[in-house]
Amino acid sequence: MSDLRDLYQQVILDHYRAPRNFGALEPVCASAEGYNPLCGDQVKVYLRTDGDVVDAVTFEGVGCAISTASASLMTEAVRGLERPQAEALIASFLKLMTGDGNGAAGVDLGKLEVLSGVKDYPVRIKCATLAWHALRAALEGGDSETVSTE
Amino acid sequence: MTAPAPLADGERPPAAGALDVERLRASFPILAREVHGHRLVYLDNAASAQRPEVVIDAVNDCYRTYYANAHRGVHALSELSTDAYEAARGKVARFIGAPDSHEVVFTRGTTESLNLVAQSYGRPLLAPGDEVLLTEMEHHSNIVPWQLVCEQTGARVRAAPITDDGELDLEAFAGMLNERTRVVALTHVSNALGTVNDIPAVVELTRARSDAVVVVDGAQAVPHMTIDVASLGCDFYAFSGHKMYGPGGIGVLWGRRELLAAMPPYHGGGAMITRVTFERTDYAAPPQRFEAGTPAIAPAIGLGVAVEFLEAIGLDRIERHEHELLSHTVEVLNDLPWVRVLGQDTEGGSLRAAVVSLVIDGAHPHDVATILDEQGVAIRAGHHCAQPLMERLGVPATVRASFGLYNTHEEVDLLVSSLHEVRRIFG
Ligand SMILES: Cc1ncc(COP(=O)(O)O)c(C=O)c1O
Repeated sequence: MSDLRDLYQQVILDHYRAPRNFGALEPVCASAEGYNPLCGDQVKVYLRTDGDVVDAVTFEGVGCAISTASASLMTEAVRGLERPQAEALIASFLKLMTGDGNGAAGVDLGKLEVLSGVKDYPVRIKCATLAWHALRAALEGGDSETVSTE
Repeated sequence: MTAPAPLADGERPPAAGALDVERLRASFPILAREVHGHRLVYLDNAASAQRPEVVIDAVNDCYRTYYANAHRGVHALSELSTDAYEAARGKVARFIGAPDSHEVVFTRGTTESLNLVAQSYGRPLLAPGDEVLLTEMEHHSNIVPWQLVCEQTGARVRAAPITDDGELDLEAFAGMLNERTRVVALTHVSNALGTVNDIPAVVELTRARSDAVVVVDGAQAVPHMTIDVASLGCDFYAFSGHKMYGPGGIGVLWGRRELLAAMPPYHGGGAMITRVTFERTDYAAPPQRFEAGTPAIAPAIGLGVAVEFLEAIGLDRIERHEHELLSHTVEVLNDLPWVRVLGQDTEGGSLRAAVVSLVIDGAHPHDVATILDEQGVAIRAGHHCAQPLMERLGVPATVRASFGLYNTHEEVDLLVSSLHEVRRIFG
């Protein structure tokens, strides 16, 4: 059975209480919003690229521990990646959440594995993936895109 | 087919007595189940209540022994179904003090009832510059139908403010009434805060300052207190079966006879006509005019049984029991410095009904709900379909525990101990 301690690991609580890269980004290349109509949680992800490299990602919004920690960990994980690597990381993380295998081959999720407990709580998966969908939309070039989890 | 009363005659304690909650619990089969290895503590009654065996059996019995379409056939089963369906209407009418059962329209629920009033009463009447006055504590289903009809007609929606204690600001409300106000639509009981609005006072102010009708969303009131539409004085009253221990998919719109009689149909189809040609159609009288198509026959019959179930227990006793649970909860929560109870006037203000909304320092309502669920405690976390209210209260979401007649003080204690578990995890 699932255990709350697997869900609320110390790393997650730490990123929830002190989210990294929180706030708007200046200058910014693209941004996208994620919205979960079920709970009203909202996140805005800002992206700056330098050529093909992700130079910085930040986020703002109000959310639960899972969505905040996931967004915070994401901003650290994608920084410095080249675009295709960032896209592969997103795909791999989303796969981890939906439980189709342990992420895509060849992509090391590293610290993001702490979120793997979420897949035992199906109603919470959308919390964990919200910022990731928004980042994907920002990478696809949209400015002021809104992605919805529904 | 008649419902066995939950308490046999003669055994019934006097009206002043307390509820025999353990005995009542036994008539709700679902309450015996476990969730994540713990006994279910069901505190999400404002979203939907559970059903007693008599209601489940009544629906079952209809399908097993006498179901057919109502109002359509001359055969035996059609007659039995029609009689049972119409008898349910009569029970509902008596239950809410409606002078005439033709004033009771069966709908799919509160949402459909409110849309019906907006479209059949509001749409022909409203003109540019007219106003529909709501309150800040409305459920989306008492906001969006009015926005839709205002878009169609050029009228506008206004919202009367609430106080910090979560009560309607009657003075401000009165100040917003004027000769352009055509509709006042408000909830009887707030689903997010439990505030009980003083409907007779609202009606009096409305009548004094405008020609508006008063539409009441009774979804959260009917399961918790005696409703008498005549003494409330309103013009329309809407509610849902599933929140009052009845089946899903059935609800009610009560409306004053003369208003319903002057309204065009909501949906077109079978059963709502007297004569159809391609040139013109004559509409049936209310309530049939508003019940196009084959209705939810078995759910309506089940609702009639739910009404009898509630009457046998006594709404006054249910109300008293739930109020004790609520006072107990608020008292315990007020002692926890990391819990903030929203919109409860603890200074002996007016009563709340069966709902407590709270936020916990440093823990988002969604995380609270997950942790409580692991311990078998079902509550709701979110905006409760009242986003404008959440904005007014300055919170993105709340944790809401809502009581029903079968909840116990022991369950309140389990709720509180599971909140302590949240605190242990989130520190
Ligand atoms: C105050 C209030 N109004 C309206 C509704 C809508 O009821 P239904 O979903 O049964 O149509 C609800 C239920 O959530 C409610 O609490």
